[in-house]
Amino acid sequence: MSANLHISISAEPIWHFGQLAVSNSIFTSLIVTTLILAFAVGVNLQLTAKKAGKKISTLQNIAEFLVEGLYGLTQSVTNDHGKTRNFLPLILSFFVFILCNNWFGLLPGVGSIGFKEVEGEKTAMVLQQDLSLPAVQAYASETSPLKVVEATGEVGSQPIESQTGIAPATEAPVAEAPEAHAEAKFVPYFRAGTADLNTTLALAIITALSAQIWGFSYLHLGYLKKFFNFSNPIMFFVGILELVSEFSKVLSYAFRLFGNVFAGEVLLAVMGALVPLVVPMVFYGLEIFVGAIQAFVFSLLSIIFYQVATLGHEEHESK
Amino acid sequence: MDTTPLAIGLVMGFGMIGPGIGMGTLVGKALEAIGRNPEATSKIQTNMILGLAFTEAIAIYALVMALILKFV
Repeated sequence: MSANLHISISAEPIWHFGQLAVSNSIFTSLIVTTLILAFAVGVNLQLTAKKAGKKISTLQNIAEFLVEGLYGLTQSVTNDHGKTRNFLPLILSFFVFILCNNWFGLLPGVGSIGFKEVEGEKTAMVLQQDLSLPAVQAYASETSPLKVVEATGEVGSQPIESQTGIAPATEAPVAEAPEAHAEAKFVPYFRAGTADLNTTLALAIITALSAQIWGFSYLHLGYLKKFFNFSNPIMFFVGILELVSEFSKVLSYAFRLFGNVFAGEVLLAVMGALVPLVVPMVFYGLEIFVGAIQAFVFSLLSIIFYQVATLGHEEHESK
Repeated sequence: MDTTPLAIGLVMGFGMIGPGIGMGTLVGKALEAIGRNPEATSKIQTNMILGLAFTEAIAIYALVMALILKFV
């Protein structure tokens, strides 16, 4: 059955512009970015064209809710309005971008609409799911007994590579186009941006770099004292630990987000293959929750990262 | 005999023990704290979710290991 589930740990290229390969996760991220931009421009237009006595629109409500909520969250960590105003734009961008990407990955069609590439020729297709109900099986064996027998033989002889023909419903839930080549690989057009390690790594690196920049701008050269402190041996080793933790933070931020979102996609794919009806609904609910929590956690951890970077060691200890 | 599937199962199985215990303890203590001081619910909740994220990261390491074994 695992051979018929489409699970790929890395994003796959869907187009090539010269040397530049556009992967499906980049494509999805661009769509999400466009949507967010459209939202921001829409809110801006409404704010500038606002007349007295007009009712607050839904768009403005959503935007205000987002800004106020995250402002409160940042403020509760930093306790400094100046800092909060500095950090908020990045934090808000992280939150909205990750949230929209996580939820975009749950839309129907994402991961199931794609193409098969056979010898350079692309065939658009939709990944389909057979219902393994007794009635459907009986219908399948009545209408196409030959194909089913053929497919069963193939499944028996080479269980991993078998991708051709209409597979028997009991054995394999995903039926592929009969004309598909044996080596043809299914590539979806869309893949949630955060389900690609490159995206999450990029976000984590942005967080780490901006933390260094703010560390320098708030503490100036005193920021370096965190990492290179020769006053006594203990502080020297603490400095080394701090230096290592700056790098390990990048990895842990990236893997946390990627692991959660990708694990969610695998969970949905497996559940959809096992029980195609009703049961995946529960897991979709779970994934909506997990997507929101992960966006929140990433922003909160970034705030704390910034706050720790902009606090000197002395202040840190006195708190 | 290919022992990779067994390894994947063991990685996930053993890797989930620690985070499972940790998350249970964490949420239990947080609920206890909320029960004692219901006014501090929002603050405790935020910190609890943060702690859960850190605990979960350990489970994610096992998951990443399993994914590497499975797909790489």
